[in-house]
Amino acid sequence: MPEIVIFLLIKLVMTIVIFALWMTMVPFMIWLERKVIADIQIRIGPNRVGPFGLLQPIADALKLIMKEDITPAKADKLIYPIAPALLMVPALLAIAVIPIGGMVTIGERSFTLQIMGEYRGPNGFFVPELDAGILLSLALSSLGVYGVVLAGWSSANKYSLLGGMRSSAQMLSYELPLGVALVGPLLLASSLRLNEVVNAQSNFGIWFIIPQFVGFIIFLMSGTAEVNRAPFDLPEAEQELIGGYHTEYSSFRFAMFFMAEYLNMVTISALAVTFFLGGYRLFTDIVWLQPIWFALKLMLFLYLFVWIRGTWPRVRYDQLMALGWKVSLPLALVNLAITAIVLAYVPKRAVLVLTITSIVLITIAYYGSSYNIRRSTDMTARSGYARRHLPESEETRI
Amino acid sequence: MLVQYLPFLILFIVAVAFSGGAILLSRLLGPKRPNPVKLAPYESGMVPIGGTRRPFHIRYYLVAMLFILFDIEIIFLYPWAVIYLTARAARLFLLLEMIVFLGVLMIGYIYIWRKGALDWE
Repeated sequence: MPEIVIFLLIKLVMTIVIFALWMTMVPFMIWLERKVIADIQIRIGPNRVGPFGLLQPIADALKLIMKEDITPAKADKLIYPIAPALLMVPALLAIAVIPIGGMVTIGERSFTLQIMGEYRGPNGFFVPELDAGILLSLALSSLGVYGVVLAGWSSANKYSLLGGMRSSAQMLSYELPLGVALVGPLLLASSLRLNEVVNAQSNFGIWFIIPQFVGFIIFLMSGTAEVNRAPFDLPEAEQELIGGYHTEYSSFRFAMFFMAEYLNMVTISALAVTFFLGGYRLFTDIVWLQPIWFALKLMLFLYLFVWIRGTWPRVRYDQLMALGWKVSLPLALVNLAITAIVLAYVPKRAVLVLTITSIVLITIAYYGSSYNIRRSTDMTARSGYARRHLPESEETRI
Repeated sequence: MLVQYLPFLILFIVAVAFSGGAILLSRLLGPKRPNPVKLAPYESGMVPIGGTRRPFHIRYYLVAMLFILFDIEIIFLYPWAVIYLTARAARLFLLLEMIVFLGVLMIGYIYIWRKGALDWE
């Protein structure tokens, strides 16, 4: 058998395994979310289907498949049916560059546990890791906007249109800080390949969350906004927009929007783990343990997403845009400039100095941003009657 | 090297097959009982007034345009970040270059902020 066939077979198995890992994370995440939110709200949550209600998401999926697939009379006949797939496929493709484990050696072949990872076969057969790395992942996550905006537009429903427009504007706005926040770790790692970002963290002997704390916070915030999660879930605000861009969808197409959202959440968590929490490495370099470390760190972030949703109220739309454009973007650029200056002048003690500057910067940013957002959104909050007739008190402030 | 992208093709086929297969399955298994009320746009039980193919707020257009501008600038940061630590001799030059680049970017940023392009309503 020629080497390329073996290469493709190994990659096919690996693709199916990583795909399956992501696909098991989705129902697990739905279950976790319902259980944890129930706990936070002092309820019991799902507990009828399977042990601890674990099979509830499976039952929901089966129920949705059996439901009628409605296409509204006024909906666009071409775009309406394919819009969920336009959201789902990029969400699935974004996992291609994420490493879930290090180098595995079987006989004379060795490869990393990563779909587009490195592969070495006998007789000098060598396929390098994709050098664009994170750029591919970011590009694919931007493509998801098409699915959202086209779903909203093609439904011929006012709520859907509003949700789609809001959502696309939000995803575009937070794409920028998300991109800039990753430049800090990339400066330290000197490579776009995710596997080398993980290795750089073990070479430095420290997870990048410590010297790049500001970048981490911005990444987490923008990532939450990017996947339309609470407290930034305005596009799907149930109380205002009846679900936003997926109001008209039913049956499995409806389920696909949710699967795509959860897949994106898992991918953002995986990127956060890779860039800031040392990726698949922890304590030892035993290869078969690495996917387990990766999954554990991933679940930490998934829990964090649920925790945030259970804790914070939804933000107002003008505050959301102000936070993205007027706080996150400049803060990410300042963090980038500080990182570059520190690396240029004190490369030997870079980690220590960066840790101190991050703490200082995040403190300034916290107070600065609450002032900044207040000042830029207060005028609209107190517009009209309130500004003319009412005294300024704490109640009328945000 | 084209071989590098073959795994991506495999993943693409798996992803499309999964999405397509799931939709097809629900088409086959679900009932088909359409009626005019079910096919009307959902508006909380009200009879919808007017269509949805109308112009929307200019701000969305503005956000899209600013995004394109800034995203292109930010993509330039990536190759710079990759060579920054490895290029020992040229590091100070690279730093200066990026400060100038970000400075020009900031002038535009401050301009649009002052113009009120970032204010929402």
